[in-house]
Amino acid sequence: MEGLSRIKVECRGVSAFYGETQALNEVNLSIYDHEVMALIGPSGCGKSTFLRSLNRMNDLVSGCRIEGEISLDGEDIYGRGMDVTRLRTRVGMVFQKPNPFSKSVFENVAYGPRIHGMASNRSELEGIVETSLRRASLWEEVKDRMKQPGSSLSGGQQQRLCIARAIALNPEVILMDEPCSALDPIATARIEELIAELRGSYSLVVVTHSIQQAARISDRVAFFHLGKLVEDGLTGDIYNDPKDDRTLGYITGRFG
Amino acid sequence: MIREAKATRDYDRKRHRYDGWLHGVSLCAVMLGVFFLLVLFLIIVKVSLPGLTQSYFVLSVDFSEEWIERGDIASGRYRKVLKSGFSELLEGRGSEVRVRDFGKVLSSRSSHILREMVVSDPALVGRRVEVRLPLSDIWDQVNKGLLSWESLKVHRGVGESLQLLFLELKDDGLVEEHWNVGVLFRGDSRFPEVAGLYGAIVGSFYAMLVCFLVSFPLAIATVLYTEELVPRGRFRDIIDVNINNLASVPSVVFGLLGLAFFIGSLGFPRSSPFVGGLVLGLMSLPTMVIAAREAVRRVPVSLREAALSVGATRQQSVFHHVLPSAMPGILTGTIIALARALGEAAPLLLIGMNAFVSSDPGGVMDPATALPTQILIWSDSPERGFVARAGIAIVVLIGFLLLMNGLSIYVRSRWSSYDRYG
Ligand SMILES: Nc1ncnc2c1ncn2[C@@H]1O[C@H](COP(=O)(O)OP(=O)(O)OP(=O)(O)O)[C@@H](O)[C@H]1O
Ligand SMILES: [Mg+2]
Repeated sequence: MEGLSRIKVECRGVSAFYGETQALNEVNLSIYDHEVMALIGPSGCGKSTFLRSLNRMNDLVSGCRIEGEISLDGEDIYGRGMDVTRLRTRVGMVFQKPNPFSKSVFENVAYGPRIHGMASNRSELEGIVETSLRRASLWEEVKDRMKQPGSSLSGGQQQRLCIARAIALNPEVILMDEPCSALDPIATARIEELIAELRGSYSLVVVTHSIQQAARISDRVAFFHLGKLVEDGLTGDIYNDPKDDRTLGYITGRFG
Repeated sequence: MIREAKATRDYDRKRHRYDGWLHGVSLCAVMLGVFFLLVLFLIIVKVSLPGLTQSYFVLSVDFSEEWIERGDIASGRYRKVLKSGFSELLEGRGSEVRVRDFGKVLSSRSSHILREMVVSDPALVGRRVEVRLPLSDIWDQVNKGLLSWESLKVHRGVGESLQLLFLELKDDGLVEEHWNVGVLFRGDSRFPEVAGLYGAIVGSFYAMLVCFLVSFPLAIATVLYTEELVPRGRFRDIIDVNINNLASVPSVVFGLLGLAFFIGSLGFPRSSPFVGGLVLGLMSLPTMVIAAREAVRRVPVSLREAALSVGATRQQSVFHHVLPSAMPGILTGTIIALARALGEAAPLLLIGMNAFVSSDPGGVMDPATALPTQILIWSDSPERGFVARAGIAIVVLIGFLLLMNGLSIYVRSRWSSYDRYG
């Protein structure tokens, strides 16, 4: 399957700076169509920074600067022709802590499609919301609670609501920054199942602190260390036969 | 070993003693506060109590066509109507009190009151009716027992016969005491017995309206500019510091600004609620900005990130998510700032909202007073009736303030529950 896939996101020589401090150093990494890429590495190694540079979320952080080239389907996302709001509909994001809007369950999912004019009438919008919630395997649980606030759901449900919110825009890539770190094991298992279901439709880039989780969910793994991409490759290859000592050390739990 | 244990015990005891002292001192502070609050409350009650009622005299008058032409009711000779009513009363009782002397028992506005009565109900012409006319301030005090016969005799030269007549009339039930509802619905007057707060209430309302319309949008715009549009840095810090300083500028200074600029340079009418509202609005602006700023800053970054991550623009993120989330805080701050503005007299004195205005303001450009300035005007007057009415005005003002505070609590609880459930 590897051979057939084409490159979705390509990063060449990506460096990131917060003011004077460098958080990423010359990262070269490609993300393929319809794959789950896991980003692992010790805390502070730049995983989140890298992830957030893929949908230009770092634009928000004053003093943050990205160098190098990141392209989506061959188009430079930091280029002049790129509309950042359109970019974010193509590259969706799910955050570490569930952050639903302080609106109803329905509105949480409907908001994105509405501001982008993706539905021409109410029933179309309802259709999008239902489909998205189904794909996020949340529909059965919330179909009678559409008018309740998103924040009234459980933590795991809220996280799936956030996933549905991202899916509703029909993105090509979904970025997830430690999506399970605020959840209990059962909710975590649901999210992992969901990731497995979604892999057929989207490219997923998932940051995780759990090496086991990375092994369970990902096709490929990228290991970061001190702002550098140390090694990336098929999950099985990396876990069975890491090329770099630092990777081996991290995977076997000797540091990190 | 044992000595050490004792030292520890002593040390602990000492620490707990400090606890006790702290408890005692803070309790004293609270009690002192409560005490002064009680004193304040009692004083207000004591001052305003006499103003809660007004004495009336029941007089039978004849709206005879001899004095009132049906075609021209307004210019009828109501003084004559009144006088003949007096004469009839005095003759009927065989009293030697002169009509002129008895006339002083009733409000000097009595003939005007008769006119208003007939104008609003022309069918009265040609009929004999019993009317209730307010007692003049002095006699109102006497009737309520607040002024002694002795001082009435010495200072006002009221003779024995009038005193006896009054007591007789009172015994016959012709002197009544009613709740002073009129104080809420009438305009100001030179005569306390017919003076009311209505003009001041309307004036305050208009001023608050203008104040809100000026300061609320300006405050929101300022906060949006400093929090969302200007990048963090020196410029923003300078604006912030200036707004903080502006909040501590004495309110009189804003009055001066109003006098010099709005009235002097722009030529807006003096004493108008419009200028008052502008001045109060500028005065409230910094307070509102600070409250709104804090509310906007409390909106978590994660909510903005959520909005941006679905491709919202900055404006959409602000108007769809940040502002609605911050709204309870913004509104609470706004209401508190408005409440402060409502009780503010100093800047209004400078722009002439303490003038004597007997006509009710019909719009924001008409001259008017406001509740706090009306309180100053009345409490400055020598007549006791005015002082009591100032007490009533204070109660009304405090009532409005409590209402606004209650509203801010309601808004806070309602909106935060909206945020959780809606
Ligand atoms: N907003 C910021 N301002 C300044 N420095 C930052 C900022 N965000 C991150 N950094 C720095 O950049 C480096 C990389 O941070 P990043 O959050 O990408 O790490 P991470 O791999 O996601 O860590 P974790 O696993 O703990 O989430 C860290 O040294 C961090 O201190
Ligand atoms: Mg991180």
